Amino acid sequence: MTITQEPQAGTREVGRDRRRKEDQRLITGRTKWTNNIELPGMLHLSMVRSPFAHARITGIDTTEAKAAPGVMAVLTGEDLKDQQGSLPNAWPVTPEQKAPPHPAVAVDRVTFSGEIVAVVVARSAAAARDAAELVDVDYEELDAVIDLKVAAADEVLAHPDLGTNESALWVFDSAEAGTGDDVEAAIRDAEVLIEREFRQQRLIPSFMEPRSVVVDPTGEQFVMWSATQVPHILRLMLALTLGVAESKVRVIAPDVGGGFGGKLQVTPEEVITFLVARHTGKPCKWNETRSESLLAAHHGRDQWQKLTLAAKADGTVTGLKVQLIANMGAYLGLVTSGVPILGAFMFNAIYKFPSYRFECQNVFTNTTWTDAYRGAGRPEATFAIERMMDELATELGRDPLEVREQNWIKHEEFPFTTVAGLEYDSGNYEAATARAKELFKYDELRAEQARRRESGDRVQLGLGVSTFTEMCGLAPSRVLGSLAYGAGGWEHASVRMLPSGKVEVITGSSAHGQGHETAWSQIVADQLGVPFEDVEVLHGDTQISHKGLDTYGSRSLVVGGQAVIKAAQKVIEKAKPLAAHVLEANVADLEFADGKFTVRGAGADQEGLSLTGLALSVFAAHDLPDGMEASLDADATYDPVNFSYPHGTHLCAMEVDTETGETTMRSYVCVDDIGTVVNPLIVDGQIHGGLVQGIAQALWEEAVYDDQGTLITGSFVDYTLPTSADTISFVTDRTVTPSTTNDLGAKGVGEAGTIASTPAVVNAVLDALRPLGVTDIVMPCTPERVWNAIQGAAHQPVVEEAAPHFDESAPNQDTPETEGGTL
Amino acid sequence: MTKISVTVDGVNYEDEVEPRTLLVHYLREQLGKTGTVVGCDTSNCGACTVHLDGRSVKSCNMLAVQADGSEVTTIEGLADGETLSPVQEAFRDCHALQCGYCTPGMIMQATDLLRENPTPDEAYVRQHMEGNLCRCTGYHNIVQAVLQAADAGQGGEQS
Repeated sequence: MTITQEPQAGTREVGRDRRRKEDQRLITGRTKWTNNIELPGMLHLSMVRSPFAHARITGIDTTEAKAAPGVMAVLTGEDLKDQQGSLPNAWPVTPEQKAPPHPAVAVDRVTFSGEIVAVVVARSAAAARDAAELVDVDYEELDAVIDLKVAAADEVLAHPDLGTNESALWVFDSAEAGTGDDVEAAIRDAEVLIEREFRQQRLIPSFMEPRSVVVDPTGEQFVMWSATQVPHILRLMLALTLGVAESKVRVIAPDVGGGFGGKLQVTPEEVITFLVARHTGKPCKWNETRSESLLAAHHGRDQWQKLTLAAKADGTVTGLKVQLIANMGAYLGLVTSGVPILGAFMFNAIYKFPSYRFECQNVFTNTTWTDAYRGAGRPEATFAIERMMDELATELGRDPLEVREQNWIKHEEFPFTTVAGLEYDSGNYEAATARAKELFKYDELRAEQARRRESGDRVQLGLGVSTFTEMCGLAPSRVLGSLAYGAGGWEHASVRMLPSGKVEVITGSSAHGQGHETAWSQIVADQLGVPFEDVEVLHGDTQISHKGLDTYGSRSLVVGGQAVIKAAQKVIEKAKPLAAHVLEANVADLEFADGKFTVRGAGADQEGLSLTGLALSVFAAHDLPDGMEASLDADATYDPVNFSYPHGTHLCAMEVDTETGETTMRSYVCVDDIGTVVNPLIVDGQIHGGLVQGIAQALWEEAVYDDQGTLITGSFVDYTLPTSADTISFVTDRTVTPSTTNDLGAKGVGEAGTIASTPAVVNAVLDALRPLGVTDIVMPCTPERVWNAIQGAAHQPVVEEAAPHFDESAPNQDTPETEGGTL
Repeated sequence: MTKISVTVDGVNYEDEVEPRTLLVHYLREQLGKTGTVVGCDTSNCGACTVHLDGRSVKSCNMLAVQADGSEVTTIEGLADGETLSPVQEAFRDCHALQCGYCTPGMIMQATDLLRENPTPDEAYVRQHMEGNLCRCTGYHNIVQAVLQAADAGQGGEQS
């Protein structure tokens, strides 16, 4: 369901549900994926990976592999150690942050199962794969630390040379920052104190297109095609990591099949493919298998979260303390260390907490490294606080929406500076919630729930709430600077006026499914008054789009789209002197609307001058005003003044079979406020997909290691992505409170569904089962875990304190000391 | 090497293939049919779905030699010239794709589904599309597209 946008003008493109320009090639199979690229003489790479989580490499015999048919080279860490540098971490979250060097190919020690130890280069992918089996590596196993809490105890070390597993401790305290009161005082004086510990399980982004890299070393520049979200960052980081001139590297992200943060990385495989192409002088390709992708592409989430919430007896929250342990895995990738820190600003969510403290201990383990996954830090925070608000409501015996409303920022209180120090510019939580309740039939479902509880129905009904906000539109450069991030958060755009009347828009954001070609065309069509069809959007090639910071963090529209608007406005300004010259008018008397310059006061019947006509005049340059350059093209770099803060109310109804533990989603309603909508079709698509990723965390997905550090969920057989049969159709609607920080009034939407949905689902499952004494289930809430929780609750008296918190049978969970412990 | 004769998207090919070559690799690497893609190595994702003698198959799940004598249709052979098939049209109209990587397989599977059952309900569509994974859309619009193509009353391949 979609609400109708008020048309801003008769012919406005912004707000229209335009079908996407991208789709024609995608639905007919004429797509340019990196793995489709074949070049003359191309060689193929296959990686030899460690089966051990932690081991010393005592010898590598490549003789047999080198002799295999079609093999051109076999390279080890020893061969590459002087060229490969160390893969970058762009976010040293504290000045004292500790991190091991991060080689693309391990040299003398492997630190997670899946780490690359050798590279086979052959004339075909099959020959490379065959020969990789022949590389004989001798390992001496070392003690590995897999479990996050064990690692935090700092006894077995993931990197003995580092002397500790602790990478960094990052702290925010509202009393110290001057943004609020002392949380310890609030806890001391609390009338109601809720203490809980939650597990954010490890997830795998699981983009559908496996990662793929092609490097062509022929010609003046190295050209890298990569299935990446970040061609610009990749180019810079290749230059910095390998010591090659940035101007000698061109990176192209052709059609890219999804990312979700999983392709926001500078990968070992990209570095290796570059080095092998340089070494052999031949075009080289690496294309991963799905198993490799699940094993070695970065993972996401993976935290333990301890929360203490202080409140008055009337339900007013007085303070929140958050203590995280965050699993880095074996290395720090591009933004590994910063991901949990992004959550620091979101645990207080939409609420007016007077005091707040956040501590995050980043910890190394001998596992695949973690990094951005859709939402990056904010889903973790939202899950925890939305679970806690339900716990508070349960403790008080009140409706969870009512307790939330008591604590949230009222619409008349915006702009509002939060206890975490952010200024929320706009929002209306009351409106979104009212609409969601109406669509959900909240009161009717509550009545049905009561009936089923009373009758002891085998299938119980639970209603879950999540009222979320997020900070997106990453990011104001000054804020990033204050957080010690290694780059800015601006975005670049160019608008080129072609003599034929067509318009080329170059954007520094790099779409991989988001529909920029369509949405940017809509924006520019409105700005310049040209037909939607006449706008061509170019992106993802550093030689065409020479400047940019790419796509992640729900930033493309609110930062990149705003840059496009700025560039378009500059085009109009540049055209004005020529328009005045032709119209024999003063620049100050010109008006521009619907693609035409007219003279103010010259009457409604004047013909006016079209911008596209002026573009042709400028191309000819026969009669330009003195001093005017022969170009209307313009560039703009936009640095956002603030984040944008989308919000929404998500309501989920779950049916839980109390005899089998099976859960069934009955309905899901979300009303999101993402400000002004450019294309409602694309927005709904982003919401739907985001919802299912968040629901999947609640119900199905988990990356599981055994105690040896072997990834058990190493294929799609075991890492269970949801299917069409697992999911339902959603009811989506919107309220519109425009953002005040960009001309469109837009807020980001890419991560909203994922951030909001996980707690709505878990809260619903628990809401169904609380009368049975169940108070927590560790995600994912599989039927087995739900059944165990019901059985566990049935065999002990229902008491006020929390039920056993952690699932004893679940792998990769507890240390023995805490197993089954209650808080 | 084994000699095979296969008709792909209306063109007959006589080729020598290694016996171990998967059909999808034959299509992509020998015929350049790169519209058909590989998304996993366990036959879970369905991105490589094509039609073999009119029925959908996962082309990573069979050998090229098994297609000897058969007729294969890929996503590249589904449209009639510039005219999209009803399923292709519905996918665009319903925004049933984002990154588009799963899309060829989804469209081929949906086309076969509608040939088997031209008037499916939502539950039927969801059950019969479950062998094709999508990470972008949450399936909502894919299901809508299949239902819309069914409503158009001519879900099958044009022939």
